Parts: sequence; C-alpha cells; structure tokens
Amino acid sequence: MMEAFLQRIASRLGRDVRTSVERPQWKHAPQQTVFQGYSEDELLDVLKNQCTRIHTTLVETNSAELYDTVEHVIHAHGGGPIIIANDERYEQFGLSSFLKREDVYVWDATRGRDNIEAAERANIGITWSDITLAESGTVVLLNNQNQGRTISFLPTTYVALIPKSTIVPRMTQAARLIREKMARGERVPSCINFITGPSNSADIEMNLVVGVHGPVKATYIVITDR
Amino acid sequence: MAMKINMGEFHERVEKGIHNTFMRGAVAGAQERLRTRRLEAAEELGNWEEWRALGEEIRQHTLENLDYYLMQLSENVKKRGGHVFFAQTAEEANDYICRVVASKQAKKIVKSKSMVTEEIHMNAALEKLGCEVIETDLGEYILQVDDHDPPSHIVAPALHKNKEQIRDVFQEKLAYTKTEKPEELALHARHMLRHEYMTADVGITGCNFAIAESGSITLVTNEGNADLVTALPKTQITVMGMERIVPTFEEMEVLVSLLTRSAVGQKLTSYITVLTGPRDKGEVDGPEEFHLVIVDNGRSDILGTEFQPVLQCIRCAACVNVCPVYRHIGGHSYGSIYSGPIGAVLSPLLGGYDDYKELPYASTLCAACTEACPVKIPLHELLLKHRQTIVEREGKAPISEKLAMKAFGLGAASSLLYKLGSKVAPTAVHPFTVNDRISKGPGPLKAWTDIREFPAPEKERFRDWLKQRGNE
Repeated sequence: MMEAFLQRIASRLGRDVRTSVERPQWKHAPQQTVFQGYSEDELLDVLKNQCTRIHTTLVETNSAELYDTVEHVIHAHGGGPIIIANDERYEQFGLSSFLKREDVYVWDATRGRDNIEAAERANIGITWSDITLAESGTVVLLNNQNQGRTISFLPTTYVALIPKSTIVPRMTQAARLIREKMARGERVPSCINFITGPSNSADIEMNLVVGVHGPVKATYIVITDR
Repeated sequence: MAMKINMGEFHERVEKGIHNTFMRGAVAGAQERLRTRRLEAAEELGNWEEWRALGEEIRQHTLENLDYYLMQLSENVKKRGGHVFFAQTAEEANDYICRVVASKQAKKIVKSKSMVTEEIHMNAALEKLGCEVIETDLGEYILQVDDHDPPSHIVAPALHKNKEQIRDVFQEKLAYTKTEKPEELALHARHMLRHEYMTADVGITGCNFAIAESGSITLVTNEGNADLVTALPKTQITVMGMERIVPTFEEMEVLVSLLTRSAVGQKLTSYITVLTGPRDKGEVDGPEEFHLVIVDNGRSDILGTEFQPVLQCIRCAACVNVCPVYRHIGGHSYGSIYSGPIGAVLSPLLGGYDDYKELPYASTLCAACTEACPVKIPLHELLLKHRQTIVEREGKAPISEKLAMKAFGLGAASSLLYKLGSKVAPTAVHPFTVNDRISKGPGPLKAWTDIREFPAPEKERFRDWLKQRGNE
C-alpha cells in the first residue's frame, strides 16, 4: 500500500523512490535574526508590548512576592476552583503551600478521568511555561503525565507562570531546543502547546469574540528574578 | 467530485453572487481587513521577501523529495504507536475512516476544521454509517447547523452570512433565545459544543503541517477547538493531503509563521499544537489510539507537471483576500470548496476541466494573488497555463467567450464587415443606451453589463474622426 503510493510519487517526479535525503542548508534564514542580541530585559519588553495585542494581562513579580501575586490574580478572576499540574517548580519557587489549598486540584494521573472532570469544573487552570516566545507572546508547554492537556483548555481562565529566564526571541529558538532534545535521544512530548492568549474567533462578520472553546481570559505572571 | 458545490452553472452562480448585496459588502470588508493586517504583519518583519523566499525554498524541496519525507513520517508515527494509512483516492480514505469508526462502535464524532475532509466528502460517508458528525470550528458549526450551507472562504467559511441570519438559524435549530450579538452567539455555541466534546467517541482533525523527523502533526487554530477534539475522545483520526508535510520542527516553525501572518495578520494564532502519536503511558487525556490518513486524491497527477507549484500551498487564503474577482462574485460562485485564485488553479486539477473550465477565466490576471502568496506560487501564470491547456489541448474555451471571439474575429478580419459593424453599432445598441452608458446590454454584451456598464459606441467613428481631422 505505502510502497505503491510512494512509487507513484517517485515516478511522477521522474526517478526512483528516495531512501535518503540530506536536509539542505537553506539559502535564506530571516528567522534567525529577529531580536538577535536582545538582553533578557529587552525581550521582556517585547513580550509586554505583545501582550497588549493579544488580550492578555501581564503581571510582573519576583519570587519573594510570587505567592501574593498568584493569590491576587486568582482573586481578580473570581477565585477557584483551580486546577494545576503536578509540577516540581511549585516547590522550587517556594509555592509548596499553594499545592495544599482546598480550592486547588493537583493533576494526579492515577485518578484517571477524575482529572478531566476537575478541569471542566475549574474556573482557573495554571501551568508553568517551559519556553516563552517574546515576539508572539506565546507560552510553550511540554505536557506530560503530571500535566494534562486539558488544564490549559477547559477552565474559564488560563494563567501561565513564566520565569523570566524562559523568554527567547521567537518560535525559532523553541523549535531548535526541541530538536536538540531529540538529538539527545529524549522523547518528544505527545502534546506540545504553543499558547498565545485566550481563545478567540472572528467567524461572525469578522467581529473578534474573545473566549470561544478554550479559556475566555488569560493572565501571564512573569517572575523577574528567576 | 465531492469537492464540488452543487449550485447550478457557473454563470448562474455568479449571477446569484453579484446580486447578493450583503455578501458583497461582507467580502469587501473582510478582504480589506485581512489584507491590511497581512501587510502590517509583513511590514513589521521588515524583510518579508526573504521570508517568502525561504518559504518557497522549503516547500519546493519538500515536494521534490515528497516520497522520502512521507516514508520518514510514516515510520516515525508507527514508532510512536500510531497507525498510518495511505489513501490513493477519496473512497479509500473514507473506507478506512469508516472501518476505524465502525470498529469503535462510535456514534458521535467531533471534528475540527479541515479542507481535505470536505474535499473527500468524509462527513457524508460517516453519516451514512449512522454517525453524528459535529463540526466544532465556529464558522463550520454555523454552516452545519444551517443545513450544511457550503463554505465560501478557506479561512473564514461563514463569511457570507450576517449575524442576523446566524441568530435566526440558531433560534430555529438550537432553541437560541438571545440577540444577534456575536459574543452571545459564540457563547451559545461554546455551551452546545462543550457537551459534545465531553461525550464524543472519536475526534477527527485535518493537518496544517506534518513533521517527518518526529512523526508529529501540527494544528493551527484560534478557538482551541482542535485541542479539545484531540484531548477528549478515545480515538483520534487525522486526515492530511499528502503534500502537507515539512522535514523538521524548524521548517514547521517558519511555515506556521508565514501561515498565521498571511491568513489573519497574527504573529501566531492562539493555539499551535504539535501532537506526536497517541497519549503516552500514564497520561490521562489525549487519545488512546491515533490514526493518520494520508490522502493523494489527484495530487500525484499534479507532480512533475507545470502545475506542481500549486502543491506548495499552505492554505492561508492571502490570494483570496486580494482577488478583485472573488470580491465581486464571492466564494460560492467558484462551485468548489477551494475558492479564489488558489481555487481557480486547484479545482480544475483535482476535479477536472469538465466541471471547472470557467474558473481559470474568473481572473483578471492582475497578479495580486501571486504577489500576496507567502510561498511564491505563480498563481496568475498557472491560471494562464490553464487557459492555454483548455483552448489548445482540450479545445474547450467556455462557450460564451468562444462565440464572442468568433464573432469578433469574423467582423475584425474583414475590413468591409468591420466598417459596417462599427458604423451600425451606435444604432444597434441605441435602445439600451442611457447617458452614453449601456447598463443592460443585449446578446453577447449581457454578460459584461450584468456586472458593469459598457461605454456606448461613439456616434462618430475613430476612422471618420481622423479622416475629418486630416481634412481640417
């Protein structure tokens, strides 16, 4: 089946089926020079500016004030229930007490579908950004069994926790990082999300409606000293 | 062809389109907005031409080595526990999809927007099996609820409908009680569809870009519907046209940047999702089973021909958004789910000249499409090649043009007839002339004056005027 399919393509191209192809060195590489040489602070400025264009609130804080800031953001969005990933960064950033709050559900793979029901009930879903793209205002999530996909999609509000050190110029750096992991023999996550603000649609008379199937609101919390 | 929209003959469709005042206003407004946003996004980058050159280079290389990259993709999908099916025809694709769905005894299917599933008419095949297929993209959902009204734009499928019409449809079909405000309409769709995602047996998606090196598929949306379609049901089926592939993550990244900027002027859309295989061991959401269906359906016939560049297309609709002809006649006039310049090139190739011989003529050859294309497909040149093929090889110029040209040829070839013709013209069309303009012309003039006025012939002929002037 596959052989005949590929054979047909090869013969249309006037040659035999190719079993190896060298990925070429592209003649052009405009993606490499976007925000080249920008400092972390400059990239943060780019991110802040972009957030004003994607209906996303950006809050700056530092590790000392992180708990209070998260608390404040939760309050501003109407409180819990909240669903979060089982992520070691909560501990690393001094937020372990957060995991024990009554209104917080921590993703637990052993509980199966309960997790999804919890995500559907939740008002707020929170995940940590693995890579953050300044140009487009995007958080990149490398999901895993401790971080379900639905945390970032089913709740009404989406909150991303962003250590400043995760900010890179654009998607180019994220793509390269993922390829480097592959080259080291790491498994590509079954689901990688590039999330840029809340969900939206312009399908009705080209009017922008913010909040369609995914979250209706989005807030980014940038931790500036990490 | 299932790609075909059955809405009468070409001239009837055009007639309907140009008299649909709302649609024409909506299309003109949307074109303006999308075109401006694309230009702004391009300008922001500063070196857009270099980006286009890279896009073209990547697409050309991938097509030239398509067999290799498809084989690599297939191997890597299988390594991650996915199933791959190569479908030469639409029937083979639908048979396979129906077999998978039947084996799961699935009743409810949620779907995110996909042009190739429209092309192969997959929904009908699944409905015949007794399944309920629910479109989840807001635009597609609106069309589906409205008794399967066909899409009129590749990116904004319900562009031809206004909010009052959508409100009426929702009231009639979905027990909707609120107003025509887009926010309220969208919220209603959100509630209706949330329940469907949670209870569906199978999720079906298209594929913006498959990544050969990792065996992944990339989905681009603003609504987040593709994410719920692939996170909640137990089985995922992804259908892709065989050319929708890139070598690695790094090329995917470049093409996604070109796609979102060209389609809607966004740096990235809200959700770009890269999925590899089914859910991993220990994971709770995501599908237990993943099937990738790779569809040829006429595409290989385009390879190796002068039309090969059309397969570079990344379905951004930038060409649609600048086309002066699309602006006036709207998407349904093309009689194909692929409308605008890309549709006028692609539809005759996939669906044959019998059904689509008029489309290459639905163009002014102004080349705005070629200039807008982010992967540099020479669209207007391909339209011209179609015309050559139709006339030379097939002997099938659309009948009206053939007749008009024949009459003109006859008249112009004989100096006596030409003299006579140009002399009697003012008298012949006199009854149709108002203020030196003809707005309802007779005979061959009708096709022209249906959409614009025609200047009435000068009462004094050029040759008489010149002669007179020479005597002065």
